[in-house]
Amino acid sequence: MGRISLAWRILTSGAFTAKVTQLLDLASKPEAPVALAAPVKPIVPAKSLRSDAVNLLAALQREGRLIDFLKEPIEAYSDSQIGAAVRDIHRDCGEVLERQFAIRPVLDQAEGSAVNLSGQPKGGKIKLTGKVGEGSPSSGTLVHHGWKVSKSELPVWTGDADSASVVAPAEVEVR
Amino acid sequence: MPAQYVIGIDLGTTNSVLAYSSLHNEHPLVQLLPLPQLTAPNSIESLPMLPSFLYLCTAEETTAETFAMPGSDDASFVAGHAARKLSAEFPDRTIGAAKSWLGHSKIDRHQAILPWQAASDVAKISPVMASQRYLEHIVAAWHDAFPDAPLVEQHVVLTVPASFDASARELTREAALAAGLPHLFVLLEEPQAATYAWLDAIGDRWRKLLKVGDRMLVCDIGGGTTDLTLVEVAEEDGELTLQRAAVGNHLLVGGDNMDLALAHHVAQLFEEKGTNLDPWQSVSLWHSCRNAKESLLSDEGPDSQTISVPGRGSKLIGGLVSVSVDRAEATELLMNGFLPEANLSERPHKSRASGFREIGLPYEADTGITRHLAAFLNQSLAGSQLTHVLFNGGVFKAKALRGRLLQQLHGWFPENPPNPVEGSDDLDFSVARGACFYGWTKLHGGVRIRGGTARSYYIGIETAGLAIPGAGRPLKALCVVPNGMEEGTEVDVPSDAIGLIVGEAARFRFFSSASRRTDQPGDLLPRWSPDELSETDSLEATLPAGDDAEDDYVPVRFHSRITELGVLELWCVHETTDKRWKLEFSVRDDAD
Repeated sequence: MGRISLAWRILTSGAFTAKVTQLLDLASKPEAPVALAAPVKPIVPAKSLRSDAVNLLAALQREGRLIDFLKEPIEAYSDSQIGAAVRDIHRDCGEVLERQFAIRPVLDQAEGSAVNLSGQPKGGKIKLTGKVGEGSPSSGTLVHHGWKVSKSELPVWTGDADSASVVAPAEVEVR
Repeated sequence: MPAQYVIGIDLGTTNSVLAYSSLHNEHPLVQLLPLPQLTAPNSIESLPMLPSFLYLCTAEETTAETFAMPGSDDASFVAGHAARKLSAEFPDRTIGAAKSWLGHSKIDRHQAILPWQAASDVAKISPVMASQRYLEHIVAAWHDAFPDAPLVEQHVVLTVPASFDASARELTREAALAAGLPHLFVLLEEPQAATYAWLDAIGDRWRKLLKVGDRMLVCDIGGGTTDLTLVEVAEEDGELTLQRAAVGNHLLVGGDNMDLALAHHVAQLFEEKGTNLDPWQSVSLWHSCRNAKESLLSDEGPDSQTISVPGRGSKLIGGLVSVSVDRAEATELLMNGFLPEANLSERPHKSRASGFREIGLPYEADTGITRHLAAFLNQSLAGSQLTHVLFNGGVFKAKALRGRLLQQLHGWFPENPPNPVEGSDDLDFSVARGACFYGWTKLHGGVRIRGGTARSYYIGIETAGLAIPGAGRPLKALCVVPNGMEEGTEVDVPSDAIGLIVGEAARFRFFSSASRRTDQPGDLLPRWSPDELSETDSLEATLPAGDDAEDDYVPVRFHSRITELGVLELWCVHETTDKRWKLEFSVRDDAD
């Protein structure tokens, strides 16, 4: 049996516990040499050789073919041809964004409605436009509700340096 | 260390989920465990569901560790999201629906038979092993998240279809224990788990919503299976109680069938336009149809919808083919194919026309779920009124399907149409959540659904009589467990003494029935229809030749017991000495 449960079994095996106890004993006597225990392999490794940005690009291409779409010259196609393709890209890339970022409005109210600005921390959350004079205005109209991510759970990449720059591998069909 | 968490695991036909709650809170606070899994080579994501798919790597992929999961010592397979994607391109290297195979009593589920019809170079595994692999993955994810709370020390509830018989449950137990679940984990029926999720969502208000005599249908349509259960509201010491009154047969029809039917229809439309789709495009089409199903079925949807299949090369739009699908036509196809209008007295259609029948999963010959539902309700209600319905399963995310089923129920009960109960909208996760909530109530007290065994069980007894050449001795079925026998109870089965030969294995044919609800232990059935009783794995016991045995056979009677954990045990008890031997499911060497 055992698959990824191996790590756990090492952790709870008597041998490991004995070793930890021994290490703790040793630690209290600074003159003793300290041996390192076998590391437990976690499912998600600490360090990845590829940036999160490339991971996101790879996911958007893999599941929504976004790079194919953006890299394809579209001048020659009719709007309906492009429209037919965009539906799928829209749906599949949208799923990736939902899964990894769950993007939600910054202000949870309808665009066009009045916004009470008094007591609202502005900073990066609210951008004032229109007649912005001196002093802080007390209200305004919501033009764009803004977007924020409610999480950031990007895939972790575990490949080697050789393929770190590959967003989508070349596909070769064997006949 | 004492348990810190209560854990509910939904080992689903198409997706698996783990929900947990700390035992230190005053109230259950059920959360989902994110499950790290490969979404592509070298790419790990934590998702709330583990697709129940297993891809078996080629020798080269194993050596190159293409699909190796970090922390794992075996790179020869991959479970989850990546495996589901690979299943489309490499169906003969990918296992899906292992759970349906687990519930299929006509095959030996310990034998390495999956992927079904795989190429000869694929190292197949058994349905039990596949289930074990999924659970191992989930267990490892738990340990990754909670290294200080070993799963084997927690309270664990694992769900099974209500329609699983005793041997399918036993096989599930076996896979679970091998994967590292604690010995004392509890099995819970999925529709009951869905009901618990509802009870968790609405709290004590259920006592106001339901009254004595109410009957609630739990209709669970998942990706590959449909599971039906009837829950009755009773009263005990002035308190309302819930009682699971009946469960349906194991139906192998679900949401995936609908997607495939739609894809087939759209592929024909492409063909009419002169476009023949290659296998890769067909897979892409299936994916598009799965997504289009919901909007095509919705009343507010457009009259027609364009379904496209992109080009395979980097030229996405250049290679795109599309076709316009008429909403009315698609709706007609899905509704009439899967939820056709039926009479309450209708029965599922049987088709045994073709002489050859491929051995494989016994998919339903009739995909009309409403006809299966009619048969179930007709039998389990026996003329009484259905008052409520609880929908569960991913299929019901499409509102139109829910609406159609309600409309059908209204048609059957026009005077008092059953009310849909609103629970969590989390249809993909409610079974795991409900299992976790159940575990909590088991420890802390709270509402329980009582039900006992969903089936009655029978041992085949060959009757004495004149032997007729070429014909077996007539077989009678002795009821050993009545329908509804509760956990933690046991019963002596009254019967004539049965002679068992010592020193060699005694085998008994074993049957179960979801529909014979009044048989009592000791009842001897001289005949039955094939719909009533289904045969499952046989049972055996070997009686060692004892010192005091004067004869070479001993007279025994049967004794049955349902443990607190819901495990069925059958014993042979010596007539006079009270010595007992446990009957075990045979490990079959004859896959028929």
